[in-house]
Amino acid sequence: MLRIVHKLRCGFAKMTVREAINSAMAQEIERDQNVFLIGEEVGQYQGAYKVSKGLYDRFGKSRIWDTPITEAGFTGLSVGAAMYGLKPIVEFMTFNFAMQAIDHVINSAAKLHYMSAGGLKTSIVFRGINGAAAAVAAQHSQCFAAWYSQVPGLIVLSPYDCDDARGLLKAAVRNPNPVVFLENEIMYNEAFEVPDNVMDKDYLIPIGKAKIMREGKDVTIVTFSKMVKFSMLAAAELEREGISCEVINLRTLKPLDRNTVIESIKKTHRVVTVEEGWGQCGIGAEICSIINETNAFFHLDAPVVRVTGADIPTPYAFNLEELSFPKTHNIVEAVKLVLK
Amino acid sequence: MKHFMRFSKISKAFKEVPSQYVYQINPIQNFEQIKQFRVIDLEGNLIAKEYNNIPKETLNQIFDLMLTIEEMDNILYMSQRQGKISFYMTSFGETATTVGTTAALQPQDFIFPQYREQGSFMWRGFTIEQIVNQCIGNHLDGGKGRQMPVHYGSKDLNIVTVSSPLTTQVPQASGAGYGFRVNGENKIAATWFGEGAASEGDFHSAMNFAQTLKCQTLFLCRNNHYAISTPTDDQFKGDTIAGKAPAYGMRTLKIDGNDLLAVYNGVKYAREEIIKNKEPFFIEFITYRIGDHSTSDHSVLYRSQEEIDSWKSGNNPINRLGLFLKKQGLRQFNDEHDNQIRKDVKNRVIAALKHGSEQQSPSIHDLFTDVYDEVLPHLQDQYTQLREHLTKYKDQYPINKFKGGL
Repeated sequence: MLRIVHKLRCGFAKMTVREAINSAMAQEIERDQNVFLIGEEVGQYQGAYKVSKGLYDRFGKSRIWDTPITEAGFTGLSVGAAMYGLKPIVEFMTFNFAMQAIDHVINSAAKLHYMSAGGLKTSIVFRGINGAAAAVAAQHSQCFAAWYSQVPGLIVLSPYDCDDARGLLKAAVRNPNPVVFLENEIMYNEAFEVPDNVMDKDYLIPIGKAKIMREGKDVTIVTFSKMVKFSMLAAAELEREGISCEVINLRTLKPLDRNTVIESIKKTHRVVTVEEGWGQCGIGAEICSIINETNAFFHLDAPVVRVTGADIPTPYAFNLEELSFPKTHNIVEAVKLVLK
Repeated sequence: MKHFMRFSKISKAFKEVPSQYVYQINPIQNFEQIKQFRVIDLEGNLIAKEYNNIPKETLNQIFDLMLTIEEMDNILYMSQRQGKISFYMTSFGETATTVGTTAALQPQDFIFPQYREQGSFMWRGFTIEQIVNQCIGNHLDGGKGRQMPVHYGSKDLNIVTVSSPLTTQVPQASGAGYGFRVNGENKIAATWFGEGAASEGDFHSAMNFAQTLKCQTLFLCRNNHYAISTPTDDQFKGDTIAGKAPAYGMRTLKIDGNDLLAVYNGVKYAREEIIKNKEPFFIEFITYRIGDHSTSDHSVLYRSQEEIDSWKSGNNPINRLGLFLKKQGLRQFNDEHDNQIRKDVKNRVIAALKHGSEQQSPSIHDLFTDVYDEVLPHLQDQYTQLREHLTKYKDQYPINKFKGGL
């Protein structure tokens, strides 16, 4: 997989997020013989979204497990395997289908360590696409960030770019806790320049630490996953109007890095949260509450503005779908609102 | 007195597991393989003469529809490649199962589809235009532009809307079938699913419930040999899916799914038995998916063209029915006439695509309706916000393309 990374100049390479995830999995499967990938179409079909391309040919069917169609079946099986010392990477074709297996993720993987007083461990990574893609309507477009990040016992990660994808996935595999890893189908094709150190087989990103993508002084934008892209575009547009935005890429949703958010607020005094998912009980709602509970509240010059998806099952028709999710101009509008 | 009566009620419900014994260890793995019911052979010759009982008119209508669906699927598959629709699923090679089954059911029977049953929809009257408008997602779509292509439904035609997560429709059919029995209705719930979908946990619960609670449900499995790229040998072991049904206590038929007469007769028999006995019935159709899983698939990556061609020419439902009709003198075949049928369908689909693409998109008001039975206040607020936003930025949006504008 590293062969197809394009060398741009000394110290950098260009790769897509898909390649980043693929290379991270390949390195971890190579490194630890207990690690395996399991899911529908992950092996000989090279992955429903080609994320596991080449892995079956390289590692064979003992490390890349194709399964019959049953999320409940292969998730339950993987949780059991994890309890007895293997390290599964469970791929859901989409987290929308993971609902058929959610009991295994929550009632088993997440809670067993606590319930067994530390006796049962489930070192397991659940990964797959999350949130909206394009023209796939209600049952393929839900964002599960809020649902999973509420559950004690789970670590919830959501990468944006190649750096995030590689560092967070490798950290997730090596972490002894169950991890929910929320990817994004649209981001799979996005290419980024990647410094050599990110390609290192031991490149890890700390879990529980957000990243400041862009420093600013007028407004803090808190976001994650694909919305980081639109937030950065909004920040660039606002810069031209003399407004300086600080963009925070959360990276980890649970445990959420409240300190980075608080420190930023002390500087900017205004906050906009951006998420694709529904507003009620969402990540933005959690950020608002965190601010409210800490001394960050007293640094605010205006109430927090949340930008979220519309409170509806996602429609299919192009015009309706476009209006259901935040875009760059919605974020620009929100920043201007919080500054008024 | 009360305590005594309560105790005897409990005893009645208890039924001891039947006790018979053997005195040697002899595990069982396979029961005798269930054979496929067939009426005509691969060349359309009539073998099981007593099942040659379908009215000539019905047979011709079925044949016409199978040709129509083949042409329509061809055009719509290509139209996805041309960017006119975003997604499509063809049913090449499987229309004897869907059209034959639906012709043998009654109009009041509920159908719970999977996603490859355009045959069921169209037999009951769903039109080419309705299909095309749904795939495009314009304002004429009966589904208000809410669903991905091929996810249609019709309350009028008693066909439940297609839903993406696999197999969820199957326990739903058990539930509906239960309701029909309890209310004494002359109705069954017929549910479709592929052999891959039968791996899901929902299938097993649905089967167990249907037989144990006695539901008027007909289980219809399209075993087309592939679930995306997964061949049947990697999906399950045992005597295909039909082999599992008797274990639930259910009456079972395995039918040659490319034999229209076998399909029709088998389903007609099953329906009568369900209504008579008030118990479910299971049918597995053995067929073959000649086309790709969907427009997102390229099946020659995992199977050979020779394999596909051997079914396409050697065991093709349209060819077999056509040869039967010809040999029995039930249809006049002439090249010019048949080509005209195909040409007419092709033109109709193309016209529907053109007309459909010129239509406006669904109304923005329908963004917020049907979330609940009425538009709740928080949604009314969001609709107001949306209209304000669109008014303010009207030159950024193609509002003239939205039905009803702002």
